Amino acid sequence: MASSQTWLLRPLQERSTQIFLGVLFSALIVVTFLHLFMPQDSALHVSAYTVTLLGKYLCYALLAVAVDLVWGYLGILSLGHGAFFALGGYAMGMYLMRQIGDRGTYGDPVLPDFMVFLNWDTLPWYWQGFDMAWFAFIMVLLAPGLLALVFGFLAFRSRVTGVYLSIITQALTFALMLAFFRNEMGFGGNNGLTDFRDILGFNLRTDATRLGLFIATGIALAIGYLICRGIVTSKLGRVSVACRDAEARTRFLGYRVERVQLFVFVVSAMLAGVAGALYVPQVGIINPSEFSPLFSIEIVVWVALGGRATLYGAVIGAILVNYAKTVFTGVMPDAWLFALGALFVLVTVFLPKGIAGLLQKRRKAKDDDPATGQEATA
Amino acid sequence: MSMFEQLTNRDQVFEFLAPAASPVDVRHGPILYLEDVNVSFDGFKAINNLNLTIDDGELRCIIGPNGAGKTTMMDIITGKTRPDTGSVWFGSRHNLLTMNEPDIASLGIGRKFQKPTVFEALTVFENLELAMATDKRIFPTLTAIMKPEYRDRIDEVLEMIKLKTLRDKPAGILSHGQKQWLEIGMLLMQKPRLLLVDEPVAGMTEQEMERTAELLTSLAGKQSVVVVEHDMGFVRSIARKVTVLHQGSVLAEGTMDQVSNDREVIKVYLGEEA
Repeated sequence: MASSQTWLLRPLQERSTQIFLGVLFSALIVVTFLHLFMPQDSALHVSAYTVTLLGKYLCYALLAVAVDLVWGYLGILSLGHGAFFALGGYAMGMYLMRQIGDRGTYGDPVLPDFMVFLNWDTLPWYWQGFDMAWFAFIMVLLAPGLLALVFGFLAFRSRVTGVYLSIITQALTFALMLAFFRNEMGFGGNNGLTDFRDILGFNLRTDATRLGLFIATGIALAIGYLICRGIVTSKLGRVSVACRDAEARTRFLGYRVERVQLFVFVVSAMLAGVAGALYVPQVGIINPSEFSPLFSIEIVVWVALGGRATLYGAVIGAILVNYAKTVFTGVMPDAWLFALGALFVLVTVFLPKGIAGLLQKRRKAKDDDPATGQEATA
Repeated sequence: MSMFEQLTNRDQVFEFLAPAASPVDVRHGPILYLEDVNVSFDGFKAINNLNLTIDDGELRCIIGPNGAGKTTMMDIITGKTRPDTGSVWFGSRHNLLTMNEPDIASLGIGRKFQKPTVFEALTVFENLELAMATDKRIFPTLTAIMKPEYRDRIDEVLEMIKLKTLRDKPAGILSHGQKQWLEIGMLLMQKPRLLLVDEPVAGMTEQEMERTAELLTSLAGKQSVVVVEHDMGFVRSIARKVTVLHQGSVLAEGTMDQVSNDREVIKVYLGEEA
């Protein structure tokens, strides 16, 4: 099986990646078809509301893939990935704010409404350039990437790992939440950024734009999945697993563990940023609550439920939990957290490898012929 | 020759300007040289004026009771622990005290830990692949592909350590002895100049021990090997030169017979066994 392809294309030869991409693209096509071509009153019609809801799930799925990359393969339990998600979201939100122009309540051609409300007369320096889409889209990658770079550099260089690292990632996202709550920061305080109108010239309130965003999110998830899969199936991925399982040993082999950790962490943060950037135009708002430590913990729960170190498990977990959340909070809003907790406990007890572990077990049982069947129980 | 010509002579570089990755200089004999090394942990002197010289291509056994400082000595050589005073040289060019663990590893010092640590989630083959002496930086690692000559090298080592049949099994299912061999195999993949082997036969059966002795003696000559071991029978079977450590310094040095007849050694070490 000598494969000379680049690391990014190598996963395309894998069965699991083919299945994943096949299912994802079929879902995109089916939803698009049902939305566009089924009559409004048909039971099969998918409303624009549902399309956006699905788009939101896909954003969460990409975020979960990013977390699984660092947690599953590198053993870094980040409880602060919500921060990278939110930073990507804010970068996109700033672009969308600038796109409003003079159509805001106060009609100021440059300043967003909340700045006029705060009696600011000039645009802060860090808002410059966000009227240009290309600049904003670069910032979507750069802002979370830079934060991850600086944070990771300091943490990994000092060899902070395990539970201590988890705690500081929590502190990181909590600190950012408090900072973004302040009006003086210039990010809209606790109201955040909202009242968006259009993106790249398309009106955000039309069904066509919503469908476009949904499809773009699906494609972003596919690309993000390929990048992660490319990394984990490369030699670097095996080095990551080595760092996860025996850090000191890896170091004695001559690998710079902290650089491996930093690289993967930054890639993961950027993917989380992209997820956040696609999330904001679909839900129509970004505010500091995305920085809340609870949200970051919830992401980890999705990954744990779906199955760690599989990537597709993270996608399944994110979509299932968020679907359950939508259903539950509709039926019994108060019971949701209990339901989530119960789900988490049940999965940890009965499916330690998550839903993906269940799928693998089944496939293995099917693949094994009687001669080697005894190994399936190992 | 004028001063100016000397300074602008570009055929030569000053020693201190030579890149750190320059080859190990063993023209003067020793590959490893420890002088007056002292380490204390919270007042406890783990290493006390240790002097030790290992020649190129030598197989040396280091014995000593528990707490004699054997593992600490390995930690110092590999850069894990910094001594309080003293000097540690690899060949006559590389000062190990100025280097970190990965640098020392890529210079050609391989270490096998007391407890076998292999990457249990990876296959035997992948364990050896990661250990291979290649460019270990991020992007070369990301884009690395398995070349046929790499595969041949791995298969060659698999043959040596007798794990060919377990090539694609996860290392986690190996027996204790097999893990020890895999770890020695990983060291061999690094093509080290100096191998540090910490208690290679602990917990091995008689047969496994024999096989390990064979493996280690076959390495000597090509590489320098330093073996720390408790098992006297094993040491007797492989050793040409033995160093006895006691309370952080060298108590005796010589052939196994010389050492086991040394009165001091009998008192602190062999005496306890008899």
